[in-house]
Amino acid sequence: MSNDIQLFKKQERIYPKRVSGTFRTLKWIAMVVCLAIYYLVPFIRWDRGPYVPDQAVLIDLAHGRGYWFGLEIWPQEVYILTGVLIVAAIGLFFATSLFGRVWCGYLCFQTVWTDLFVWVERLVQGDRTKRKKLSEGPWTAEKFIKLSITHVIWLVIAWCTAGSFVLYFNDAPTLVRSFLNFDVSPTVLGFVGGLTFMTYLMAGFAREQVCTFMCPYARFQSAMFGKDTLVIGYDPQRGEPRGHHKKGEPWDNRGHCIDCTACVQVCPMGIDIRDGLQMECIACGLCIDACDEVMTKIDLPKGLIRYDTERRLDEKVKGEPLTPIKLIRPRTVYYIAVLCLVGGLMAYAFAARSVLDLNVLHDRNPLFVQLSDGNIRNGYNIKILNKTHEPRAYSLSVSGLENAHITLNTAGDVAADRITVKANSVGQFKVFVHAPIDPQAPKDITLMIEDLETGAKTEQKTMFISERPHG
Amino acid sequence: MSDDRKKDIDDLSGVETTGHEWDGLKELNNPLPRWWVWVFIACCVWSFWYFVAYPAWPVPGGATKGTLGYTQYKELKASQDEILLRQQAYIENFEKSSFDEILKDPALYAFANAGGAAAFKENCAQCHGSGAEGGKAYPNLNDDDWLWGGRVDDIYTTLQHGIRVQNDYDTRQSQMPAFGKDGLLKRKEIEQVVDYVLNLPQDGGAADTEVNTGAGYTIFQENCASCHGADGKGMRDFGAPNLTDKIWLYGGTRAEVFETVYNARAGVMPAWKARLDDNTLRQLAIYVHQLGGGEANEVTPEPVIAPTETDADSNTAPDTPTETPEEIGHEQ
Repeated sequence: MSNDIQLFKKQERIYPKRVSGTFRTLKWIAMVVCLAIYYLVPFIRWDRGPYVPDQAVLIDLAHGRGYWFGLEIWPQEVYILTGVLIVAAIGLFFATSLFGRVWCGYLCFQTVWTDLFVWVERLVQGDRTKRKKLSEGPWTAEKFIKLSITHVIWLVIAWCTAGSFVLYFNDAPTLVRSFLNFDVSPTVLGFVGGLTFMTYLMAGFAREQVCTFMCPYARFQSAMFGKDTLVIGYDPQRGEPRGHHKKGEPWDNRGHCIDCTACVQVCPMGIDIRDGLQMECIACGLCIDACDEVMTKIDLPKGLIRYDTERRLDEKVKGEPLTPIKLIRPRTVYYIAVLCLVGGLMAYAFAARSVLDLNVLHDRNPLFVQLSDGNIRNGYNIKILNKTHEPRAYSLSVSGLENAHITLNTAGDVAADRITVKANSVGQFKVFVHAPIDPQAPKDITLMIEDLETGAKTEQKTMFISERPHG
Repeated sequence: MSDDRKKDIDDLSGVETTGHEWDGLKELNNPLPRWWVWVFIACCVWSFWYFVAYPAWPVPGGATKGTLGYTQYKELKASQDEILLRQQAYIENFEKSSFDEILKDPALYAFANAGGAAAFKENCAQCHGSGAEGGKAYPNLNDDDWLWGGRVDDIYTTLQHGIRVQNDYDTRQSQMPAFGKDGLLKRKEIEQVVDYVLNLPQDGGAADTEVNTGAGYTIFQENCASCHGADGKGMRDFGAPNLTDKIWLYGGTRAEVFETVYNARAGVMPAWKARLDDNTLRQLAIYVHQLGGGEANEVTPEPVIAPTETDADSNTAPDTPTETPEEIGHEQ
């Protein structure tokens, strides 16, 4: 092989250095809040009465219900979930067009868990230099012990993460109890096992590779960027030419960047922000903290690396007057408008959500039945959707047909004036409508149910057929 | 060794090139992560394992079987076994319960209906239609008109033994005389009795139906009343239909009724006892009963026989004007 070009690049391990400052504090807060929400929410209780689960946030796959505090959706209302996703997507676009990839830097689970895992790593093995040395050095007892501890803690965190995920789909206290009793179904164990492995792999090893090579958002967020988007930028006009600087030397004819590489050492993505805005940058702002710290030490103003727009950084280099930062731009206004629209539609959907619904399906075969006394009978399958959290009784009536009467075809004796449906469920009934009419064209009729307790009504149009189509 | 090589850097992008050049065009080298290659290799390994473990390669006469011995038949069998296992709980209960109990138990009722509906589509729909709506000569099982009785037990008996089945002593048996063909009545007399029957109030027997209309009335009382009753409301013992309702199994026009009297009618239905197991028969009985016309067990207001007419199950050559199938007639 004369050609030793690397067509495939080995992952270069990144050892982010500890830093403190505004953005690091923000990131700690974001991490703690996100993790707290994730791990604790399944345990919040929300009383919905004796017939319905009391878990505040629960996706009940077995019964096809989704609960979110006071809100609840049934499978046919999954469009509401679509609305949530649209709001989330547009919200992401909006934030990105204003402040760049803040989602990536602070809230994305890949970021949060990677941050957590790096924190563990640092706790056990020490800061950047020590970790690097340990990792690249020979296998010693110390290395073995420290790495073992790290990985065990990682696995425990990963296992808790996976376990918490499963809690969103089951009653949390019950499932936790069965975990403690080693009495968990293979399905749950399979999910927990798989997710544990993925968390361990992604947060422990893949880390920045996920953002750079796997994540589609990372790629298409650049489409929401503009020249006026606030990004983390290095000010080359002020910083260059960079170079080492000894205390007491004058700052004339040189830039403020002393090439200490603090910004590079703290970067979780392993890039050099001084090369300009890059695809890998997740906008966590740690380089700003690092640089500000150094600038303070050498008595220079902060902000050599700062949040700024690309337009202003360019203008500064060219010596042009700076355009003020504009948060209200056509793009951001448009995103807000879409957010309001979709949010409004969702609010309407929830407000207009009825707790009683009726579906009627006319029998297709036979369309009608001729009875011996000359009456005509039509059959219907009706479904009464009782979305309240208690059993209810309903009366069923028909209008638009003279002298009609309704019978129910169920086990036992159920009269049409008192049909009971269990709490939070669908009652399905076979219903017959009889009417003493001579054969005539299909007639539009209305079936109506009324909640005997609240008087709530709902109706459904259907038809009464008494003659074969086309005679 | 790599230090010797001079890196070829693209001026514009600052990225190393692969060194290949085509008429001045060079390819930049943005290396893929190495783990990507490992994932690719892992996928290849997995696919080779899959080729070996599962049926994969077409060979003459089929395909390789795979070391796991997987087939979709086995998968089907497994899921069927699982379903049968789940049915078992119901079946035990179902076998223990009487029809009355089943009709009151929502779970058993639903179970019976589901099973009955499936068995109906497979065995009964050929004559009675997929919606049990019947047709000319094939009774509609949705209505409230029954030839041989509409209680679950009646339907169950009909299903077990069929109608006019040879070699089944418990079968539903009767034979209407072919009044015209066999010369029992003259054409004129048949026309008179047909007129009489068609003039009966067709209200299902709600009104007093004994109408005296001369010659037809007399002929009816002498020839027909023994089975159809003096009032024409039929007798279920003989499967003799109620002639005073709206339902005509073989058609209610004058010509059709004339043909019925002239040639007689006698539908047949197979005895299903020999072909289906008892659970299926009981499920079918429940299913047919719940189609809409089923009669309650305790309701027998009429001490004699409830008036009925078309129904139960009968089929025979409906459009053959002259022949009725081979039959051993009883009462005439």
